[in-house]
Amino acid sequence: MATSNLHGVGDLTFDSSNRRWPNEMNVLLALILIIGIFELLGHLMMGQSFLFDTSDRSTSIFNEQRLRIIILQVSIVGIIAIGVTQVIISGGIDLSSGSVVGAAAMIAMSFAQVAEVNGNANPTLALGPWAADLPVLVPIAVALLFGLLAGIINGSLVAYTGIPPFIATLGMMVTARGIAKWWTAGRPISFPTDGYRAVGDGLMPVIIFVTLAVLFHLVLRHTVYGKHTHAIGSNEDAARMSGIKVGRHKVLVYTIAGMLAGVAAIVLSSKNLTAQAGMGVMYELDAIAMAVIGGVSLSGGRGSIIGTVLGALIFGVIISGFTFLRLDAYYQEMVKGGIIVAAVVLDQWRQRRAAWGP
Amino acid sequence: MTSSNTILETVGLTKHYGGVHALEGADFKIHAGEHVAIMGDNGAGKSTFVRQITGVERPTRGQIIFNGASVTFENPMEAREVGIETVFQSLALADELDVPDNLFLGRELVRFRLGPFSILDYKAMRQRTMEALEKTAVKIPNLKNTIRNMSGGQRQCVAIARTATFHSKLTIMDEPTAALGVQETAQVENIIRTLKQQGESLILISHNMRQVFDLVDRIVVFRRGRIVADLRKEETDPQDVVAYITGAKTGAEFQDAAA
Repeated sequence: MATSNLHGVGDLTFDSSNRRWPNEMNVLLALILIIGIFELLGHLMMGQSFLFDTSDRSTSIFNEQRLRIIILQVSIVGIIAIGVTQVIISGGIDLSSGSVVGAAAMIAMSFAQVAEVNGNANPTLALGPWAADLPVLVPIAVALLFGLLAGIINGSLVAYTGIPPFIATLGMMVTARGIAKWWTAGRPISFPTDGYRAVGDGLMPVIIFVTLAVLFHLVLRHTVYGKHTHAIGSNEDAARMSGIKVGRHKVLVYTIAGMLAGVAAIVLSSKNLTAQAGMGVMYELDAIAMAVIGGVSLSGGRGSIIGTVLGALIFGVIISGFTFLRLDAYYQEMVKGGIIVAAVVLDQWRQRRAAWGP
Repeated sequence: MTSSNTILETVGLTKHYGGVHALEGADFKIHAGEHVAIMGDNGAGKSTFVRQITGVERPTRGQIIFNGASVTFENPMEAREVGIETVFQSLALADELDVPDNLFLGRELVRFRLGPFSILDYKAMRQRTMEALEKTAVKIPNLKNTIRNMSGGQRQCVAIARTATFHSKLTIMDEPTAALGVQETAQVENIIRTLKQQGESLILISHNMRQVFDLVDRIVVFRRGRIVADLRKEETDPQDVVAYITGAKTGAEFQDAAA
């Protein structure tokens, strides 16, 4: 018989003061802090605002163009990061996503080409006329299928051979990059159909990123899949003893990550109107960095899509901020490296503090 | 042979790990509502015995009869499904999840069935968690707290409460207080008494003589992979039990088994 007091039974209560400050709030504060720093530096060094619109004729508060650039910049890697977040929460890591983007973009683009450019035959036609002017669903399906296969292979290696995820996905990273180069012997593939262009046109990357982020946020929070992903990353033995089919679940997690890399490949090649074998290089590390900055613990079990989205925004703000301050791109990379290390150190520190007790 | 109120019986249960005979011909019986302690030195075969009857491992030989029917468990989940709940020595809790999540791990209540993407019913799980905690009189300050932020005693209580959530027919606890302080031990012992009042059967593995004599009806002693004594609490005393554990004495009916 439950008591009428929903907030407690006997000494058992929901003590709201004892409830932990959500980690995402820290990430949000970091984001605001970083924006503040750039805002300050902007006024000191450039004599203008970073994010706010200070021109007289404007109708809006924010510098919309810069906001748009920030969000656009991170949305494609952000799509990958949604998958990588799930892999890391499950206690794994995925180093293959950047290469999978490259290979999936090449293969998809070769099914998305027009037959003729300005009355002449498409000079970059990869597969011959039979693969030209196909409906847009064909290249989309091809990219998703490639991501799916790469994910199944990653997941099966991790789940059933016992090799560390780092090695399994490193293998896929090198292999998929090889496939991307081999597909056309290194030649770029260009001139997509109008249908394919539309997929990554304008703000479409942002819309796709946000939609997927919301979807997977709900999936991680409110489905058995999400609960088991957290449980496996938190204590794999406990998950197994509780009857969770750990191997099968891992395959599913890596497969979802692979398919999200496929989605990123579609958006990226569509937005760039071309596919090259070198596409997506280092994206896997950027995606991991976004997740880690967003509070996803590399030791598994902890993290959220909201955190990763905030991490992605921090990433975008830093890149955009450096450009705004007209600092060299070299500094960007150095600072990026420092931030990633700092985020992991912070996570370790938080875990140790938690281990010391409440 | 098997009386109607025998909840679990093993006949000649044996487990060999390669050449190591960890468990040899264990004949064990527990009645409904009975609390039985399993005692013995380290490596005497207590944990091995538990692993066989909970589906963690498969016995080399022998029979397990649960509720009158012969059973074989492929995995712990199957044992759990028929009603054998185990609180393992290693707690088998997910540190990053909260109390209801852990209680329902692997058998979540869902609002809408959709394969792995079934929608969780948090409200129902929380409700049933509270009922279970009340039933066992477990006190946990905040259900929403993750296990990571809990003391050893609280963790143990969560693990025990898990058994109560699912109306188990038999609860097995493997040294539930080994790592706990005095107060926390008392708390866990209170829960065990509550289970006794409610007529739950329990197998308690413990090294703590005082605890065993406080809590159980019967004591079964293991030595070197064999059962060497089966003693009613009223007919024995701690010194006697120690004699059996150390091998100074062997129960008359087990003479040939221990030879």
